[in-house]
Amino acid sequence: MLDILSNYGVMFLVGSWPNGPIGGFAATIILAGLGVLLSFPLALLIGLARAGSLRWPRYLATAWVYTFRGIPLVMIIFWAYFILPRMTGVTVPAFVTALCAIVIYESAFLGEIVRAGLQGLPAGQTEAARASGLSYAQTMWNVILPQALTNMLPSLVNQFVSTIKATSIVYVIGVQEVTFAAQQINSIELNSALQTFLVLAAFYFVACYVISSLAQLLEQKLARKRLGLA
Amino acid sequence: MEFDWGFLGTGNYAQKLATGVLTTLELFGTAWVGGFIIALLIVALRAVPFKPLGMLMRLFVEYHRNVPTVVQIMVWYFGMPQLLPDDLRMWINRGQSEFLFATVALSLNVSAYFSEDIRSGLRAIPHTQVEAGRSIGLSAVSVMRYVTVPQALRISVPPLLNRSLILFKDTSLAMVIGVTELTYQVKAIENLTFRSFEVFAISTLIYLACSLLIMGLGAWFGKRFPPAFKV
Amino acid sequence: MIELDNIDKWYGSYHALDHISGRVAEGEVVVVCGPSGSGKSTMIRTINRLEPLQGGSIRIKGHDVHTQCPNALRAGIGFVFQQFNLFPHLSVRENIMLSPVKVGGMTRAQATALTEELLAKVGLAHKIDAMPGNLSGGQQQRVAIARALAQKPPVILFDEPTSALDPEMVGEVLAVMKQLANEGMTMMVVTHEMGFARDVADRIWFMDEGRIVEENTPEGFFTSPGHPRAQRFLSDVTRSASPPH
Repeated sequence: MLDILSNYGVMFLVGSWPNGPIGGFAATIILAGLGVLLSFPLALLIGLARAGSLRWPRYLATAWVYTFRGIPLVMIIFWAYFILPRMTGVTVPAFVTALCAIVIYESAFLGEIVRAGLQGLPAGQTEAARASGLSYAQTMWNVILPQALTNMLPSLVNQFVSTIKATSIVYVIGVQEVTFAAQQINSIELNSALQTFLVLAAFYFVACYVISSLAQLLEQKLARKRLGLA
Repeated sequence: MEFDWGFLGTGNYAQKLATGVLTTLELFGTAWVGGFIIALLIVALRAVPFKPLGMLMRLFVEYHRNVPTVVQIMVWYFGMPQLLPDDLRMWINRGQSEFLFATVALSLNVSAYFSEDIRSGLRAIPHTQVEAGRSIGLSAVSVMRYVTVPQALRISVPPLLNRSLILFKDTSLAMVIGVTELTYQVKAIENLTFRSFEVFAISTLIYLACSLLIMGLGAWFGKRFPPAFKV
Repeated sequence: MIELDNIDKWYGSYHALDHISGRVAEGEVVVVCGPSGSGKSTMIRTINRLEPLQGGSIRIKGHDVHTQCPNALRAGIGFVFQQFNLFPHLSVRENIMLSPVKVGGMTRAQATALTEELLAKVGLAHKIDAMPGNLSGGQQQRVAIARALAQKPPVILFDEPTSALDPEMVGEVLAVMKQLANEGMTMMVVTHEMGFARDVADRIWFMDEGRIVEENTPEGFFTSPGHPRAQRFLSDVTRSASPPH
């Protein structure tokens, strides 16, 4: 297994760069990171709609969440692969297609995290803000969101870990991330499949385990800070 | 863009879809049952006060939670045959090895999550319940059976349900090793008929219907067996 | 200043407020008391539209509260909550400055000066940069009062301001409220603190089951309450309280 790692380590990490686009685990992290970042504004709107009092935004947001949580990511990817070129009229690179699919997919999950964060604050906070004359927008911006976003942070980090794992399927449309690299290596080294795929697993394991542990530490730190307020 | 739903009537496309749905459900059902049984085993093993065993179980759980499911499937399908003696490998290659390996991978994967959900449910039951059970004369095992586990299961149901939904969606990952479940069939039909929109739409609706069914089942279970103990 | 005209409110089929009418004149302090579930908090929360009404009308300075923009209305009414509801992520200074700057249009410099003045008034000038989590309950409530005062409202509503406090901190909050009353602030106070009612109130409204069943001066209410329900309430309250000084 160490042979595979030493011979193909760079390929696992960055794909065929610099002789090609960035691939490997670097591409995985970039895809996951961009996915979560771009999805968050959308998730914020969805969460606000779900937690809000206006009926139609709430219904639409609920339908959105149930839909994109109810179908596999690979189906969303196939849809994106089909719809995007027709919508834009140009050939869309696989990376962009995968990114769009991930943004839509994650928006449902992140939206639920936002909703839980908003609904987790005591009602008294909204009441006190409104009672002093602040509008809905001012209340959200100055009072609710700063507190809710801080509370949501561990869940958001955990969702980032989920996204990293989710990117492992996008190789089916040709995105050159780390699972793609592993498939390529496997087709070269035909008799070392077990080692190759265990090295692949190791990459994900290390990254996800470390980031999850960070989320746990963050959660404990926030819990301690909150107890100080009791 | 014109739609043509007629493709369902020609060839054996409708039958392909039906096979796909059936395979998906078989995969889901087998992996769920297998996963749940293994999860109970893990929970029991972790209760044994033998540290190396506990650490092994912990490693098992962490591996399955931090490695993507599709990679786990790949490790089993591409990697495991390497470890098997030649004749066993030949025998497996002759049969439906894809389904077997996908089921094994999914069962183990979901068992790791299930075991954690069950354990957190058990942890939520205060020790006073056990004391009360013992003081009316129940043995330790009976306390588990009649007092602790029934209550713990009710608390565990929401996360177990959530994970079941994820397992259902994860069956689509088996397509990468050639299991003929629904998504595999969708891709096959698309390649043959080029009716992408229609076949995607039908399969999306099927997945949604099943997901909503699972979520509805959970809601019913939650109403019928609410957590008796307010944590 | 405040006029309640036949206000009616239901929670489903539960009649929470039953044809309530009353007047609070400018500079008056009205204490609202009564048993739990009598509708006292519900009534006071309808005044700044935290609770909606099904019937009747409420006027402040002659203007119907339901015809105004709610944000502008609330900026003109001070409200002090039982649970203080300070914003834990903002310092004391920021808590008090929030409304004057964002709604009142004050500059930060003006708001800062006002904040310092109000904190001195409630005796917490030295805590201006503290975080709410580091303050005691009594201190938090006094900051909450300063926050309400920062809106420069003509009237302040208090919803059981001392009910969530440990007994030894009740006094410091009541002292601030008494000072405000002496300065001529129009106040409506829902409270169980009968000592405060006796010393500071101009009038007492006694509520039971969604109605004001008795309206009296403090002397009249405490020496010879008219309504049998009020008599029973007083005997229950004074049985457990210390004798009057």
